[in-house]
Amino acid sequence: MKVDLKQVEEAAKTLYIRALKMLPPDIKEGFRQLDARETHATGKAILGTLIRNIQVAEDTDNLLCQDTGIPIYNVWIGKNVEVDGAALREAIRRGCARSTREYSFRSSIVHPVTRVNEQTSCGRNVPVIHFDFTDRADMLEIEMIPKGSGSENNSWLRMAVPADGVDAIKTFVVDCVLEAGGKTCPPTIVGVGVGGSADLCVHLSKIAATRPLGSRCEDPEGAKLEESLTRAVNQLGVGPQGLGGDATAFAVHVETAATHITMNPVAVNMQCHSARRARATFTPKGVTYGF
Amino acid sequence: MAHYDFATPVTEEQVRKLRVNDTVTLEGALYGIRDATQIHLFDKGRKTRFDLRGHAVLHTAPNVKKVEKSITCPAGYAPVCIGTTTSDRMERYTRPLMSQYGARIVIGKGGLREGSAAAFSELGGVYLAVVGGAAALETTWIEAIEDVDLDDLNPESLWKFRVKGFGPLLVSMDSRGGSLYTEVNRAARVKRAAALRSLGVKDR
Repeated sequence: MKVDLKQVEEAAKTLYIRALKMLPPDIKEGFRQLDARETHATGKAILGTLIRNIQVAEDTDNLLCQDTGIPIYNVWIGKNVEVDGAALREAIRRGCARSTREYSFRSSIVHPVTRVNEQTSCGRNVPVIHFDFTDRADMLEIEMIPKGSGSENNSWLRMAVPADGVDAIKTFVVDCVLEAGGKTCPPTIVGVGVGGSADLCVHLSKIAATRPLGSRCEDPEGAKLEESLTRAVNQLGVGPQGLGGDATAFAVHVETAATHITMNPVAVNMQCHSARRARATFTPKGVTYGF
Repeated sequence: MAHYDFATPVTEEQVRKLRVNDTVTLEGALYGIRDATQIHLFDKGRKTRFDLRGHAVLHTAPNVKKVEKSITCPAGYAPVCIGTTTSDRMERYTRPLMSQYGARIVIGKGGLREGSAAAFSELGGVYLAVVGGAAALETTWIEAIEDVDLDDLNPESLWKFRVKGFGPLLVSMDSRGGSLYTEVNRAARVKRAAALRSLGVKDR
């Protein structure tokens, strides 16, 4: 399959706008479940407002949240796919910039030192673009995630030591949720990276935070941690918006990687309740959009 | 738990009456401010021509569309999506906003800290919580972008919105030192030990 880069540029643009407007069905279902279980009056009222907002965004064809986030594109290249990698990256950048200018939504991206905003949602090394490969044939997939800053500003890495054991991982996750309070726009998806190197650990926490609700860690040890940590953080009573309640997190997601004999790293990255994602799949038949 | 409908600007007496868990709905002028707006106002010595005395400020940086100036869009901007950002980053600006500009109401999400609570007590102010991330809904409460200052900072300009039915907003920090965030956080820290026990974490 030969990839049409014009189509990629168009999709990179469409994906950003689509992600900002429409929540994936798994997140909507997550809201429904949290709302059904919520016992705290303020928490219940806030969940009601958030569920209403999802409908208002769809009815008025508007963005769910004002924060257009830091744009992330995850790309999977299948077998038998012919594409110029550097040109693919450029096509995604162009599409990202066009979405901002043509829709006229907020460019949230500035230079880290001068703080100058180019008003394109782009800058040095942004959008963040990750390339990976898949066994599936004749297919290229692009996932777009506008990662909100309220949740991203609450990201942590701890290089614990082996003597601290798995207790250090569990304690760290609970303490991060307490530290975040309402700043991350709970209910959140708490993404936890366990193991790897420092950078891989943080990267895993982001993968975990942006995974669909209902998905499980492929590592059974990670899956066990997901279950127990989800229960534990929802005992804290932080609640929606940090104003009290049962619904502190939709879920805790864990991703793991092997690590060094001397290391025990743990990272936490959170996804806010506006857990936006959009996906485009390119096949020889054309492009289809989903989540 | 009372509900109040306020037309802005408000008096010190009006905000001092508010208690945590009351709700407020606003009508009139509302000013949008953000990190860069306040960095320029308070750290870089710039001034605004707006009179914020008795007014409400909203922690925001809106999505807007540049349009021809008209009666409905007097500033040359149409609202696209206007929501609320996390307040905590702007904690140290609450006091100067109140003491230098006379603002009385800060609207945001996630809450502010002790320094702001002290400023609210001493100077007569209040923090109102919007449901963060519900921006599509919040946008329907905004009638127009009436004016804009410090627009070189766009989208972090100083915005003057005209709002109607802006709320209900939850009084989450009042002028008597009350803070729902402190209350919830204190209670959550008490529950920490039980949560760790449920995870089998050993006390070492």
